[in-house]
Amino acid sequence: MNLIELNNLSLGYNNNIVIDNINLNIEDGDFLCIVGPNGSGKSTLIKGILGLIKPIKGKIIYNDLKPNFIGYMPQETKVNSNFPATVFEIVLSGTLNRLGLKSFYTKKEKQIALSNLKILGIESLKNKSFGDLSGGQRQKVLLARSLCATSKLLILDEPSNNLDSKSKKELYKIILDLNNNYKITIIMITHDLDHNNLIGNKILSLKDDDIFYGTVDEFVRKVHHE
Amino acid sequence: MNNIIEMFSYAFMVRAFIVGTLISLCASLIGVSLVLRKNSMIGDGLSHVGFGAFSIATILGFSPIEFSIPVVVIVSFLILKLNDSNKIHGDSAIALISASSLAIGTFLVSIVKGVNTDINNYLFGSILSLNNTDVLLSIILSILIMLLYIISYNKIFAITFDERFSKGIGINTNFYNMIFASLCSIVIVLGMRLMGALLISSLIIFPTISSMQYFKSFKSVVISSAFIGVLSFIVGLIISYSFETPTGSTIVIINLIMLLLFKVINYLRIRRI
Repeated sequence: MNLIELNNLSLGYNNNIVIDNINLNIEDGDFLCIVGPNGSGKSTLIKGILGLIKPIKGKIIYNDLKPNFIGYMPQETKVNSNFPATVFEIVLSGTLNRLGLKSFYTKKEKQIALSNLKILGIESLKNKSFGDLSGGQRQKVLLARSLCATSKLLILDEPSNNLDSKSKKELYKIILDLNNNYKITIIMITHDLDHNNLIGNKILSLKDDDIFYGTVDEFVRKVHHE
Repeated sequence: MNNIIEMFSYAFMVRAFIVGTLISLCASLIGVSLVLRKNSMIGDGLSHVGFGAFSIATILGFSPIEFSIPVVVIVSFLILKLNDSNKIHGDSAIALISASSLAIGTFLVSIVKGVNTDINNYLFGSILSLNNTDVLLSIILSILIMLLYIISYNKIFAITFDERFSKGIGINTNFYNMIFASLCSIVIVLGMRLMGALLISSLIIFPTISSMQYFKSFKSVVISSAFIGVLSFIVGLIISYSFETPTGSTIVIINLIMLLLFKVINYLRIRRI
């Protein structure tokens, strides 16, 4: 089943087109990596899918999914190291899209937050202050928060930025696990994967006017061919 | 003790006590987000705008509070817009608006000779200046601010912590930013009569900074700030009555002492671990 369909989609700001006429389907269970140099429109595409900017042309079709219920992990959440917030407060805030007109969390939202802490193996950090955590731990907390917002699709914008290689590995392992065992569809913008160590099953490469969309195998063949 | 009983036998002291307690409470609640979003200067800027608006209201014969609230709310929206547009750096924009308002206010009051208002009262506050209408308005608006704050608390936290994520999951961040700017403006205008344009922003900033020395969760910082804000106000008011010191500056000094106290507590705690 197609979770999201992009049909002849053009996106940009003030009619400056950044992404032109893109067509692709994201299927339930996919793990799509978006690669490409700075300014190639990776973040713009994500904003489009999240419904934060309106298409200039074409359209986005969501099947069995609302844009508000996509678990979004923004790039480099810059947080003051002395920002007073516990891990639980932060993760719980990911369930806000489930509240609708209600103002307060119920038991249900708290349970969702707790179970996502468990999935990411950071239950023990629950009452810790976010500022006291390491870079890798912080990313896991933000991932748990995104997970609270969705049961279907995660969109991760360079989640491994500024992490050491050990934490990077660990984070990718968790993300793969979410895809394989929890059947969460994943769209991930990434910088640090070259064609030798790609993960996921599909690749969207935005490079100048040369847009490639296909499976990882096709992409590797194409790169070797060039 | 007799001093305190005597203090409350004056109607103007009772008025100052009621309004001040409510405003301190609201100011410290709002302060948490303002400080954490690194927007403390907006509070300062808006208080100067409030001064300009007060001066104009006085000259035109309007009620200062009723005239200034809408003016300051509108300017706060303008500042939000400027912050977003990136054309002028946010800080510079606030500095421009704040200095201009201060200048225009002072200028107008000085050329209109018929107005015998003491500019000092607007700049440094006066506990004598509150009338019964002000008190009623302050009570109603403070309750409104607290209700709105409690209802929006979880969203305020999410936006304060990470605006991009909040937007992504469908929270109308622009709407909440505007609500927040309005609350902030109202608190500043109400508090200005008492604290003055130059000192009101301290009610917003100090309690949060003090609380952050010790408390590490958002909720505990909010609760502690409210507590510190109210306590500092009451202690400051009593001291200023007993020793005949200026109210606004006494309250700020108590807040400063609180901050130093929390710094010491934090230092001792770290040393022990």
